[in-house]
Order: sequence, then C-alpha cells, then structure tokens
Amino acid sequence: MRAAAQIQIKTRGKYNFEKLKQQMTLQSMVVPGIIYLVIFSYIPLAGLVIAFQDFDLYQGVFGSHWVGFKHFIQFFSGDQFFRLMKNTLCISLLKLLFGFPAPIILALLFNEIRQQKTRKAIQTVTYLPHFISWVVVAGMISSMMAVDGGTLNNIALKLGWIDKPVNFLSEPKYFRTILVAANVWKTVGFNAIIFIAAIAGINPELYEAASVDGATRFKQMFVVTLPCIVPQIVIMLIMNVSQILNAGFDDILLLTNNGENSILLEVGDVLDTYVYRYGIKLQRYSYGTAVGLFKSVVSIIMLFVANGISKSLTENSLW
Amino acid sequence: MKVQSKSDIILQAVAYIVLILLSLTIIYPFWNLIVISFNSSSDTMRGGLTFYTREFTFDNYAKVFADKRLLGAFNITVLRTVITTFFSTIFTAIFAYGLSRRKLKFRRAYSKFCTVTMYLNAGLIPAYILMRTLHLVNSFWVFVIPSLFSVWNMIIFRTFFDNLSNGLIEAAKIDGAGEYRIFFSIVLPVSKPVVATLALFTAVNQWNAWFDGAIYITDPKLMPLPTLLRQILNTNAASQLMAQMSSTAAEQLGDKMISTRSLSSATMMVSVIPIAAIYPFVQKYFASGVMLGSIKE
Repeated sequence: MRAAAQIQIKTRGKYNFEKLKQQMTLQSMVVPGIIYLVIFSYIPLAGLVIAFQDFDLYQGVFGSHWVGFKHFIQFFSGDQFFRLMKNTLCISLLKLLFGFPAPIILALLFNEIRQQKTRKAIQTVTYLPHFISWVVVAGMISSMMAVDGGTLNNIALKLGWIDKPVNFLSEPKYFRTILVAANVWKTVGFNAIIFIAAIAGINPELYEAASVDGATRFKQMFVVTLPCIVPQIVIMLIMNVSQILNAGFDDILLLTNNGENSILLEVGDVLDTYVYRYGIKLQRYSYGTAVGLFKSVVSIIMLFVANGISKSLTENSLW
Repeated sequence: MKVQSKSDIILQAVAYIVLILLSLTIIYPFWNLIVISFNSSSDTMRGGLTFYTREFTFDNYAKVFADKRLLGAFNITVLRTVITTFFSTIFTAIFAYGLSRRKLKFRRAYSKFCTVTMYLNAGLIPAYILMRTLHLVNSFWVFVIPSLFSVWNMIIFRTFFDNLSNGLIEAAKIDGAGEYRIFFSIVLPVSKPVVATLALFTAVNQWNAWFDGAIYITDPKLMPLPTLLRQILNTNAASQLMAQMSSTAAEQLGDKMISTRSLSSATMMVSVIPIAAIYPFVQKYFASGVMLGSIKE
C-alpha cells in the first residue's frame, strides 16, 4: 500500500511511462476499444472531406478531385431542397408535437393506477412495440390498411366513413398521419420508462403535504408530479429539438416501399432518405455526403442552442 | 385512509380507460397478424378478417419452414444475433470496467474520446465507404464488427461499475488476482441485471436489423431475415399498387418472391415470436438499465 502511495506521488514527468508500463493489463482493457473507435468513428468523420471532392471509389480519398463547395451549392439551389426541408421539418415537428408529450401523459396515468399487478401487465404491453422491427411494424400497417379487406377499411366501411375501400398507404394525404401515429404507437411505452422512474423517485411526503392542503389527485399531478420531473422533461426536450432534422429513416423508407413509391415521396422524402437514395443507390457519394454533412452541422448547432437556452432558463443542461 | 373525493374517482377511471384502450390498440395489430397467419391463404383474399380465423390452418407456417431461403435467412439472423451479442457485451463491459478504475492513466482523455463519438456521427456514406474499404461488403462479419462496441452501452456499464463497492475489488487485489480475473469472477457475476439488459438490447437490435443486410449484402445466402422479409413485403405492396393502377411495375416483379398476405403474416410472426417470448422475462431488469443510462446523461 505504501509503495502504491509513493508511486502515486511520483506520477509526474518521466515516471508516467513507468506507471503506464505497470498498468499494462489495465490499459489492455481500454486501448482496443479506443483503436476501435478510431477506425469506426473517427476515420469516417475524417472521411467527410469527400463532401468537397468528386469522390471516386477506385481513386480513394487521396486520388479524387477537390471541388470545393460544388455539391453544397448544387443541393441548396436544386429544386428538391425546398421540398426536402419542408418534409423534414414538417414530419419532425409533428413527431415532436405528438410523440413528445405522449410518454409524459402515459407516465402520469400510470401513476394513478394503484393495483401493482394491473400496472405491470399494462406496462409490459406498452413496451412491446419498441422491441419489434420496423420491418414488421410496416408490414402490420400495410396489412391492417390493405385495400382487400384490411381492418381499417372494414371498420371505415361499416361505419360509413367511406363508400369504397381506400388504399390508405398510397394516398399522400394520409401518409404523415400514418407515419406519426405509427411512431407514437411504437415509442410511447418505452419512452415513458424514464418518466415513470422519475415519478417513482418523488418523495411521498410531498403528496401527503399536498393532500393535507386539500389538493385532489388531479391537482397533485400539476403541483407535485410535473414540477418534480421537469429536469427529465427538459433533458428529453433538448435531445428531441437537436434531432429536428432527423425526421426518421427506417419508418419512412419502409412505409414508402423503400422509396420506390414516388407518389409518397412528395410528402415523405426527408434529408436522410434523400441521402440514401442519391448517395448509396445512385452512388453519388460526394453529393450524398455533402447533404449529410449539412444535416449534421445544423443538428450540432441546434444541440448547442437548445442546451444554452435550457441552461439559462431552467438550469438543466446536458453538460 | 382518506375517503376518495369524486374527482379522484373520475381521474382513476380515466386512467384505467385510457390505458386499457392503449393496450388494446397495441395488442390488436399483433392479434390480427396471428389470425391472418393461421387462416388459409385463399380465404384471406376474401378479406374481412378481424378477430378470429375462418379457415384455420398451419399451412402458412409449414410453407415458411419449408422455404430454403427463409430458413437460411432465419439461420443468418440467429447466428449474427448470438455472435454479436456475446462479443459486443463482453468487449464493451471490459472496456467499461477498465475505464471505471480510478487509477487508469489517461482516464479522462479516454472518456472524452468516447463521448465525442456520441455527438459527432459521420453518417451513412462515409460508413459505407469504410465497410467497402475493409472488404466487409458481402461478408458475414459486416453484421458483427461494426456493432462490437457501443459507447452508449459502455456508459451504462461504467455507471453501474462505478457504484460497485470498491472493497470487493481491493480485497481480490490483495489476494493477488489480476484485473481480468477480478472482472470475470467478481464484477461480472454481481452485474447480472445490467448485463442482461444491455445484452437484450443488443440482441433485439441485431435480430431486427434489416438495413445493413440491404446495403452491404447482395449474396442471397447471407441475407438476414428482416431484410428478406422487407423484400417480400415490398413485392406484395408493389403488386397491390399494381392491381390498383395497373401494369407499370409489372416486369420489375419478375423473379422476386411473391407471397400471399397469410404467408407473409406467418413470416412476420416467425420474426416476432422469439422476441415476444423472451422479453417479458428480461423486462424486470431493463427499467433499471435504462435509468442508469439516463442518470449519467
């Protein structure tokens, strides 16, 4: 122990190397992970330079021509830019508007269920969609909405809302509604976990005090529960706002038939699906990277702005 | 116990009603899927199936399991899930344990190095080019190697290890145990809940992954189940669209698999059942696992 203490004191300067050698085993646990990150995270980051090139797969990063901001200019002045931004922001804001409050409301409702067994059972059910692949979810949606006897058409016909079966999945006017509803359906239960846990951590004395003051359970929701989970709400809001250009990828791609349903692209094509279509399918690597880079830069700025606003308003922040 | 006021009773009733309705909305699509998958294909085409089967049959499942391509895809998915989950969990946990040891030199620098990657992501195309450069395209290892290490999981592990009693580790140290032995024989056994949670999350991600199979794999022998499933469903949707708008995509279908709604429902069920069977048992752990992550962030 004393020897260890002495080494502690001597760590500065040339003894650094000694210490490093001493903890070879410990370092061997961490260094492979660091090398892994260099290869799979940092090298791709460096690879973003191809946004400024006419990248050719066979010439490599070092052999390709530099073209400056050509691809960015092409993207910003292209006729798709406006449509893409509109779709991206529109879908994202709809998801935020419905998808963000839903888990909070769900958590508040769970808090009113006193029977533990019922509560557990319902929770188990609500988590389930989170674990199901988007491929299957999209498959279930198209089965439910099928023209030839899907449930939705059956019900709508019976209730007299429509007079002949509608192909809901190929009508642009229904697309965003379906997309957002599917997202809420899939994520609401799982996203509620963090709020449920936060509510479970609230000191019961607060409720007792409020109840002595004559507050009903409904009022306690607003004077006790909600104020106590503000930190979690703010953190989640910051994260969500910074993701504003991530309007979704799997869900949109799968519900638009891998982007092949061109009628739906009008309302459903977002930055990420566009990057995939141009960058990977049409192999315009540099152009796709430029669009992706634009998205990332805006996202990071949004993250800092949202974090800054939250810090000054509520003292809650990510860092 | 206080007598409940009228407003309290109404609130309770509303909570029950909303939650039960939500549960039904979640269960119904699965139920509908089960019904269709057990109904005979030709009868399903008549439409109108909602709550129960009209012509019950195991045929669809028999066909799924007789289909060599689907079976191959199923095996690939099982294999990638088992291999990746095992190695990713071990590799990530060892890293996290190393980082949780206070005496680790460059600890802060390593830690920063990891967090940066959570905020900065190069995106799709640089990753795609990297996989091509590493010759992982059309290789089984493209399912394993890019998922070997997760910074997000690492942080959850580390938070858990940080809270472990130091005395346990120090006692083992005095007994002369090395870091790896301490990790495997002391730390890992007491970390079951977090290991179970993160292994479950990794496994589910692997089981459900379809996009890597779609962009990195062209060899049909290596195609994972969700990717093949998506192909089948796409073809179905395209043919449905065709029936409506006639002809346009007719030639494109050609050699692709065409499947009836009952058959593709059975295929979807095969993809869902393993998850639905396992997850209720691991569920009790994961609430705590998710919380560990959110506290740190």
